[in-house]
Amino acid sequence: MIRTQSVAGRLWVWAVWLLVGFFILNLLGLIATVVVNSFSTRWFTTWLPVGFTTKWYLSAWEEFQLPDIMMATFEVVGAVVLLSGLIGVPAAYAMARREFPGKKFVMLLFLLPMLVPPITFGIPLATVLYKAGLAGSAIGVILANLVPTVPFVILVMIPFIQQIDPRVEQAAKVFGAGTFRMFTNVLVPLLTPGILAALLLVLVRTIAMFELTFLTAGPSNQTLVVALYYAVFAAGVRAGQSVDAMAVIYMVTTLAWLLLALQFVNPTQIVTRAKRK
Amino acid sequence: MRQALARKGIDGVTLLALPAVFFVIALFIYPFLYGLFLSFAPKDGSTLGNYIKFFSDPFLYDTIWKTLLIALPVTIINLAFSVPVALRVRLMVKPKLLTTILVIPITLGTVLVAEGMLNYFGPRGWLNRALLEFGLSDAPLHLIHNYWGVFLSLVITGFPFTFLLTLSYVTGIDPALEQAGAMLGARGWERFRFILVPLLLPGLMITFCLSFVQAFSVFPSAVLLGAPAGITRVISVAAYTAAFEEYDYSMASAIAMIMATVQVGIVAALLGVQSLLYRGPAGGGKG
Repeated sequence: MIRTQSVAGRLWVWAVWLLVGFFILNLLGLIATVVVNSFSTRWFTTWLPVGFTTKWYLSAWEEFQLPDIMMATFEVVGAVVLLSGLIGVPAAYAMARREFPGKKFVMLLFLLPMLVPPITFGIPLATVLYKAGLAGSAIGVILANLVPTVPFVILVMIPFIQQIDPRVEQAAKVFGAGTFRMFTNVLVPLLTPGILAALLLVLVRTIAMFELTFLTAGPSNQTLVVALYYAVFAAGVRAGQSVDAMAVIYMVTTLAWLLLALQFVNPTQIVTRAKRK
Repeated sequence: MRQALARKGIDGVTLLALPAVFFVIALFIYPFLYGLFLSFAPKDGSTLGNYIKFFSDPFLYDTIWKTLLIALPVTIINLAFSVPVALRVRLMVKPKLLTTILVIPITLGTVLVAEGMLNYFGPRGWLNRALLEFGLSDAPLHLIHNYWGVFLSLVITGFPFTFLLTLSYVTGIDPALEQAGAMLGARGWERFRFILVPLLLPGLMITFCLSFVQAFSVFPSAVLLGAPAGITRVISVAAYTAAFEEYDYSMASAIAMIMATVQVGIVAALLGVQSLLYRGPAGGGKG
């Protein structure tokens, strides 16, 4: 690799790293204030709070009805992960293995929901779901969340499937396996790492998906992130520490899954879909 | 019949794509078309009533400018910082720790970042405390509940997004091309200008479009960190208010269509500019 030798060049490199450092410092500070505040008794004019306590977690747990919210979150997230896998993986298989007329158009169809921001298509989608009487129910929330995740699974899975030698499938066919048996006994085991990666990414994205859930959820099926939004929105009604305790619970939930997902995928894949290694 | 179709590539396997196609049409294309038709059927019975109302009421049409005023500078700054950082990071042996830290704000989402910013950038937060302590400022900076609150939140969640996208394009360039340039006597700036920029341009255009579209649809942080009745009354807030506070779904659909049109317009304009500047394979250089 080419290394920079000149003084100006070195200064430039230092400036770039200083900038990254400054960004990360502020980012970590921002997360740390939420955590510190959630454990504080009182915190006004000092660097650190006067004292520490865990009582806010107990009060947040009751005030925000967190058991219900947690249940609703996992219900929505679980259904979205399962359904996007069931709809997405077979579609990805068809897209990876067959050339058919109109394939480019179908591909565009799958790309659009990922390129258009959720708030833009979320408002007409919520309108349709309200007219159909589905908004405000768990089904409505799940359907809305599936709109970006099904195409996401397809786009992540296509390169994984293309990596598999088609002769493996032909061999299965020769030995008399039908399409379904070939899928369950040959393809799914081979694709497990890819499916796992795709579904974990769907899971992390759905826990953090604010806009679509916000537009379609009723009071009984708010997910954690929507409940957090309302808590921050109505700040002042409750103690700030209580809101932050809830924020920490949300953060721990999301980051735990993120860490698990990062065992299987590269961090850049969360933004850029899968690239063939 | 079956064989004729199979020759065209349509058989049982192709049909596996049908549920997904049906799903996207039912829950993405249909709602969009429904919204489009609904936007031309306003409450007052005219055809263009919503659009006339939008473009004659400054409280409504100003939201386009307000949103552009936030989204364009943020996108340009994020991209301008992403390129030099990505060019350094690609030289790192183990960039995983850095990319992992940067993926955290994207994963946590705008709502949590907003709550953190209310604490951290607030008048008694750590940032203002540090500035006062070190004598860098005489009075606390006002960084929340105004334009800068939304701006900073879009930098905090948008910069990592832009950076990771840029990084994926930068690492796709064969390092041998730059080495060849260096051997022929090109210095750092020249290598950047004449080797990297032409190869990166198509990727950077896509990155710009994606980042811009994200920033243009800012919603939670505009409400939580901005002044949602004033300078940060962005277009998504107007659409939300129409739908869920005034229950005028027709008007809300019209605003959503205008929002989509502006996004598509900016993206199309950029791609048009790009086709004037450069013609060639997108993202190449990997030989």
